[in-house]
Amino acid sequence: MSSGENVLSPEYKKALENLLFQLADDDFLISFRGSEWLGLAPHIEEDVASSSISQDTMGHAAMFYTLLEDLGAGKADDLAHLREAQDRRNSVLAERVNGEGYYMETPKYDWAYAVVRNFFYTQAKKVKMDSLRQSNYKPLAETAVKVNMELYYHLLHWKTWFIQLLNSTDEAKRRMNEAIELVMKDFGDVFSYGDEKTAIEQSGLIAGEDQLKEGWKSNMALPFECVAMKVPDIPEASAKNGRNGDHTEELASALTTLSEVYRLDPAAAW
Amino acid sequence: MVSLEEEIRQEVYDALMGVKDPEIDTVSIIDLGMVEKVNVEGNNVNIVLLPTFLGCPALEIIKKNTVNAVKRLPSVGEVEVEFVFHPPWTSERITEEGHKGLRAFGIAPPPQHFEVDGSWHVDCPYCGSTYVTMENIFGPTACRSILYCKSCKNPFEAMKPVSTIM
Repeated sequence: MSSGENVLSPEYKKALENLLFQLADDDFLISFRGSEWLGLAPHIEEDVASSSISQDTMGHAAMFYTLLEDLGAGKADDLAHLREAQDRRNSVLAERVNGEGYYMETPKYDWAYAVVRNFFYTQAKKVKMDSLRQSNYKPLAETAVKVNMELYYHLLHWKTWFIQLLNSTDEAKRRMNEAIELVMKDFGDVFSYGDEKTAIEQSGLIAGEDQLKEGWKSNMALPFECVAMKVPDIPEASAKNGRNGDHTEELASALTTLSEVYRLDPAAAW
Repeated sequence: MVSLEEEIRQEVYDALMGVKDPEIDTVSIIDLGMVEKVNVEGNNVNIVLLPTFLGCPALEIIKKNTVNAVKRLPSVGEVEVEFVFHPPWTSERITEEGHKGLRAFGIAPPPQHFEVDGSWHVDCPYCGSTYVTMENIFGPTACRSILYCKSCKNPFEAMKPVSTIM
């Protein structure tokens, strides 16, 4: 798909690439974190469901990396595996570990954190995809339509968990509230475009940060009403803004693990 | 008078009827609604497919099987297979024949309608009973859900409905 590639102005193309890296890296990292839960979810049906969601999400990341490849940014697999932490544009929320420990040993991952992070993230992604359906870059608009259809099931899934756990036992409520606090601490850069804010907002590719935040809050109103709570405020992006390549140590270790095979043998069949 | 290209196109479609979903060998990719277009130029063929789910690992296998099936045709020169995302694949694209093939495999075809709350219902592909429960919206593959028939006591799967109105 390269029609129109020649007519993109350098500023527009730069904004587009930056936005695509944000979308691709977000989905890539959060689905990696999701895949670490494999075999560890609370019950077998959940293992099937959440690994299926991670697989879909990895597919979405692959789509966004492919759009970058079509723009001449490099090979999709290389973009996913070989870029260093400081070149990544994902939100810090997407890179966070699932909890203490390593999945090959005896990890103590927190399911409450998984539910809250995935629900809040998926709702944010939904707001972005709804906006991208009107994007003036047609290949991105078409991808958003496709992603959106799968996202429907993801959102339904995490919303169900969210409402059930917050209406459950005292321990469940306590842990969910702790998880909400933890997730919101990292939520500042989810809707941030970082240093590219002006360029992206003027490009006509996607709605502005404030409009997306409003969309998220209004979509969250109903589920929060179901659990008799108020929708938390979205914090301002902190100094550590993933959109500008500022990340935690947790990203570096994730990249080391997930790219291990690819770095050893880029031609390996999976 | 049918042109040579038209003849080749027809042969290609016939060959594609033999390309099955790698995991559901009773349904062809044509009946799944994955074949968007067959372009013929001279004796070179370009086939445009629509992916069902973006993360589906079967896509590469389907692509390979498609190339192999069409390459076998003596009248065909070069074969190219590409995936596009527009129009998006939706479960309404599965044909009546596809629905039969799914049922024969023990998979309920995707329902045509959603309830107002976004939920959906299918009948048991084995006994036809409507007395079924949803066990897991997510199933062994991205495109399937797991259900249970309370009448004939069989677990079964259903093809997930996906639509652009979601």
